[in-house]
Amino acid sequence: MSKKRVVSATINGNTTEFLCEPRQTLLEVLRNVLNMTGTKEGCTNGNCGSCTVLLNGRPVTSCLVLAVEADGASVRTIEGVACGSHLDPVQQCFLEGAALQCGICTPGFIMQTEALLEQNGHPTEADVRFHLAGNLCRCTGYDKIVRSVLAAAEFKRGEATT
Amino acid sequence: MRDFDYAAPTTLADAVMLLSRGNGAARPLAGGTDLIDHVRTGRLAPDTVVDIKKIAELNVLEASPQGLRLGAAVPCYRVYGHAAIVADYSALADSGHIIGGVQIQTRASFGGNVCNSGPAADSTPSLIALGAVCVIAGPKGTREVPAEDFCTDPSKNVLQPGELLVEFRIPARAKNSGSHYRRFIPRNEMDIAVVSVAASVTLDDAKQKIIAARISLGAVAPKPLLATDAAAVLIGQVPTDDILAKAADAARKIATPITDMRGTAEYRTHLVGVLVTRVLQAAITRAKGEKLDYRPGH
Amino acid sequence: MATGEKRKYKVIGTRPLRHDGVDKLTGRAQYGADIRLTGMLHGVVLRSPHAHAKIKSIDTSAAAALPGVRAICTSADFPDQVGRIVELGEGAVNMRHLSANVMAHDKALYKGHAVAAVAADSIHIAEEAAKLIKIDYEPLPPVMEVLGAMRDDAPLLNDDVRMTEMGTVKPETKPSNVAAKFLFTKGDVTAGFAKADIIIEREFRTATVHQGYIEPHNATVLWNADGKVTVWMSTQGTFTARQQTAELVGIAVSDVKVVPMEIGGGFGGKISVYLPPVAAILSRKSGKPVQIQMERAAVFEATGPTPGSFMRVKVGATRDGKIVAGEAWIAFEAGAFPGSPIAPGCMCVFSCYDIPDARVEGYDVCVNKPRSNAYRAPGSTQVAFAMETVVDEICEKLGVDAAEFRIKNGAKEGTRRVDGPVYHRIGMIETVEAIRDSEHYQSKLTGPNRGRGIATGFWFNAGLKSAVVATVNLDGTVSLIEGSTDIGGSRTGIAMQLAETLGIAAEAVKPQVADTDSIGYTDVTGGSRVTFATGIAAVEAAKEIQKQMVERAALLWEVDSASVKYEDGKVIGPAEKSFSFAELAAKIHEVGGAVIGHGTSSSAEQGGAFGTHCVDVEVDPDTGKVQILRYTIAQDAGTAIHPSYVEGQMQGGVVQGIGWALNEEYFYDDKGVMRNATFLDYRIPTCYDVPMIETIIVEVPDPAHPYGVRGVGEVPICPPPAAIANAIHAAVGVRMRDLPMSPPKVCAAVMQKK
Repeated sequence: MSKKRVVSATINGNTTEFLCEPRQTLLEVLRNVLNMTGTKEGCTNGNCGSCTVLLNGRPVTSCLVLAVEADGASVRTIEGVACGSHLDPVQQCFLEGAALQCGICTPGFIMQTEALLEQNGHPTEADVRFHLAGNLCRCTGYDKIVRSVLAAAEFKRGEATT
Repeated sequence: MRDFDYAAPTTLADAVMLLSRGNGAARPLAGGTDLIDHVRTGRLAPDTVVDIKKIAELNVLEASPQGLRLGAAVPCYRVYGHAAIVADYSALADSGHIIGGVQIQTRASFGGNVCNSGPAADSTPSLIALGAVCVIAGPKGTREVPAEDFCTDPSKNVLQPGELLVEFRIPARAKNSGSHYRRFIPRNEMDIAVVSVAASVTLDDAKQKIIAARISLGAVAPKPLLATDAAAVLIGQVPTDDILAKAADAARKIATPITDMRGTAEYRTHLVGVLVTRVLQAAITRAKGEKLDYRPGH
Repeated sequence: MATGEKRKYKVIGTRPLRHDGVDKLTGRAQYGADIRLTGMLHGVVLRSPHAHAKIKSIDTSAAAALPGVRAICTSADFPDQVGRIVELGEGAVNMRHLSANVMAHDKALYKGHAVAAVAADSIHIAEEAAKLIKIDYEPLPPVMEVLGAMRDDAPLLNDDVRMTEMGTVKPETKPSNVAAKFLFTKGDVTAGFAKADIIIEREFRTATVHQGYIEPHNATVLWNADGKVTVWMSTQGTFTARQQTAELVGIAVSDVKVVPMEIGGGFGGKISVYLPPVAAILSRKSGKPVQIQMERAAVFEATGPTPGSFMRVKVGATRDGKIVAGEAWIAFEAGAFPGSPIAPGCMCVFSCYDIPDARVEGYDVCVNKPRSNAYRAPGSTQVAFAMETVVDEICEKLGVDAAEFRIKNGAKEGTRRVDGPVYHRIGMIETVEAIRDSEHYQSKLTGPNRGRGIATGFWFNAGLKSAVVATVNLDGTVSLIEGSTDIGGSRTGIAMQLAETLGIAAEAVKPQVADTDSIGYTDVTGGSRVTFATGIAAVEAAKEIQKQMVERAALLWEVDSASVKYEDGKVIGPAEKSFSFAELAAKIHEVGGAVIGHGTSSSAEQGGAFGTHCVDVEVDPDTGKVQILRYTIAQDAGTAIHPSYVEGQMQGGVVQGIGWALNEEYFYDDKGVMRNATFLDYRIPTCYDVPMIETIIVEVPDPAHPYGVRGVGEVPICPPPAAIANAIHAAVGVRMRDLPMSPPKVCAAVMQKK
């Protein structure tokens, strides 16, 4: 077996060191080494978006990132979205908009939405749908998800101007 | 997943050395969006994975009067986020924008896409249409290969053991030029091309006649094709419906698609004609400096 | 939104935040694969590369020798089930078949069929070990398609399967792939067709499709030294999972406890067990807890799907637009073992209409595909595709409006279905009227290659058994424990019914799904039954609490309890004495112990659910690609408890139906290997493929439920393929009779028409 590596990354703002084999993905390390099970596994080949995290501020499917690649990087996961006991606006809008049913895809959608709204404060419905196309949901038909993302964008715009 | 070792060299020389030493069992890792999946499913079995993202030469992204330099490891989002590429090398932005979802585009690179050498790769036809040259580094030095000659068969290309794709060099765009890439897929996103087409055209000063054109086809042969005859039909012509149909006919003639789960050979050949026409129209629209009304997947 | 009349209820019909929402939005909710136990091993299942093969020998010695491997199992580790038939809560199952599906016995019957499993210290070691298991296969020719499998000379899958006719086996029958025949008749179908002015008879095919839940199957099992087995898993039914696991490993049901973790989608596909018995054997052999999570490819290749089908439907109508007769011949692919939803398919095909004379014949047929399982209104979507496109063709030929035709012929209270039952109060016609009167249907659709279609669908909706326990807390809240696993927000729907009955706020109820040792028997979360049946149980529990609260108040006031009543969330006594629920809750311990209400539901039967859909499409005639421009669904929800989640079920069902209609299919090569077992190539819709899904909730209360609830989960998937096929016809003039209506097929049809 290849030697385990020490990897140092900033995860949700905290400097974190962990040991991993080169073949372990970031998803596997988050879930099985760091016990951060909020990031979900749906397909392990980048096709469902359930394992989306932000790597250096950009969304990635963590099943297609080797954990060793995260050395020196910043990683943001679903566990780092809420501020203490306060939900982030995206989470709040999903909750109020009934944008989840089974909830397994929800962490991935939240992370992908965070990434969208960082880049684009005024997304149209078409923008939202294009940006979220890499995240599959089988329960909701997407209607309430898309509405909630638009609502979160509007909320954030309101926050920015007050 | 299979056990492997990991190295992340910071110089081209070290990368070439590591790849050479691996004797075919070392694989470069750029975005990893194909590699990691292929190792997991057993399609690839490397002993060493060489992460090439820390090498400066592979991260070059530079538009100048001499043309465009696109490092092999530059991820898609940087390509479509680059103003000069969107304006002048539009087909590349079109490609980068539809490779996987946004998450994949954070990681996937044009270099990786081309080196994976799938017949349906979304970046290769655009590179071919824009006349890209692949710069390859290896134990014996550096060499250059035109993009249309890089892939040889499904998953196969001209790279020899120890060689590494460093960057693409794309000639500067003539005035009144436009390009476009489009694929046909059953969904609107997150899909593999059933057929894909890239085209680049240059119009005369009056923006009436086509004076230069390159067309490339994907997913209709063991490798992406340069449709020379189809482009030749256009030269010196006003792009009427009739002329575009002739180009489409010529393109169909070189298509030798297979029948698989993504479509029958007959359907694919039919689509070549449909897409060549639509992509040429789009490229011409751009060459005229007009805004293209285009939604991926539609 | 629900109809505009004055609100009857305080809690029902409102949209409180779901109780499990924050956990799921912050990543704290624990799904099946999220549990971590000390010393836990990771398991991997080795699967057959062949679609049909004899297993001649299995050599596990090299795998066992690999460092880090702790246990290996094959079918030899499972007890022989002979041919026992066991009732498992949603139908009787042949245990030998179930066992052979969990771990192949002497034959592999589909690509991906489990043949061995390994538990090791890490997933990577387990994977390496699985590769070292040597299996000697003798490949056999596979049969992949239903009509081919029915031929006398077809390769035979199971030598213990003989055709039953309406449940009984004729003694002379030989082993066959045809496992069952069903025949339903009503009136005189020959005489019926003789009255018809127009008869349309068409043939249809539908591809095998998968439920496509995003969470792969998983199980974590500890076989303790005392012989007690604990299973942590995501399942639609803890009690059936408990029973299946106990039966398959050969221990008492009471020795197994199933702990329901949060479940990442099911749609019918997480009722049968696959992994718990395997993980249990590996745990017994290793003495450690074992976790197995299925890979996505295995989810496609070895679980789920709903049958591919061949159907012939014939309908006769008079010139003035009245259906006079119907006949259907339907064959479903059961997969490797008998048990397709052919019976409900037969019952559903004519279920939306009042047809005097009808005949339906159906067959359950084994093919070398994974054993089929329930998928959202099992069997109904296939037959709705056939029937509703035939109806559209009749409307076209007669020149009548498709909505008016359905209103004229629609099933209503008193209509007898072809399989016998007579409908009670149902809302089929109301859903068609809602579509007919909608802004969408009334609007003009313009533009080339665009068309509009409508279709109606039916699902029975189940009752079955549920249990709840509710305990009053001193702070005026109520803890609610239920046995129904919550896939889509049902905890909140049940809590709201308890809250309504007690006259307290939805937020004052704290619902929780309990394990099999902690709550009474509860059937699966399926059949659109939970909001209905578990809701009834919650109302019962609330009534018991009301009674006890009245008694406590009487004791406190020192009055006769007959003079105290429970009204509108208050306990009211003589001389204007009164307690709010919270006030009394704070005092209950002064005059007694805990106030606990129990409720069960077992005999209530639902009246059935209907929905009518309207869709606008645009067809690219050059490529055959279909875009959904606009979609409206009208559905009878009886009474919508939480409208947001009713809409969510409707919207989700529609989009699954759109996927089934346009692109989803199992694509097999000639060796019976599925070529598209990934979410990339098995193309479920993304959000970029669909528009907003407009909803119209119709409320025709079901008299069998105290608040009039009808289940809403399943019927929304039934109409989309037919509605889209009808819209494609309206757009480009071709009739699509083969699902999926993928671009190559639509393109070919358009070209042929030209």
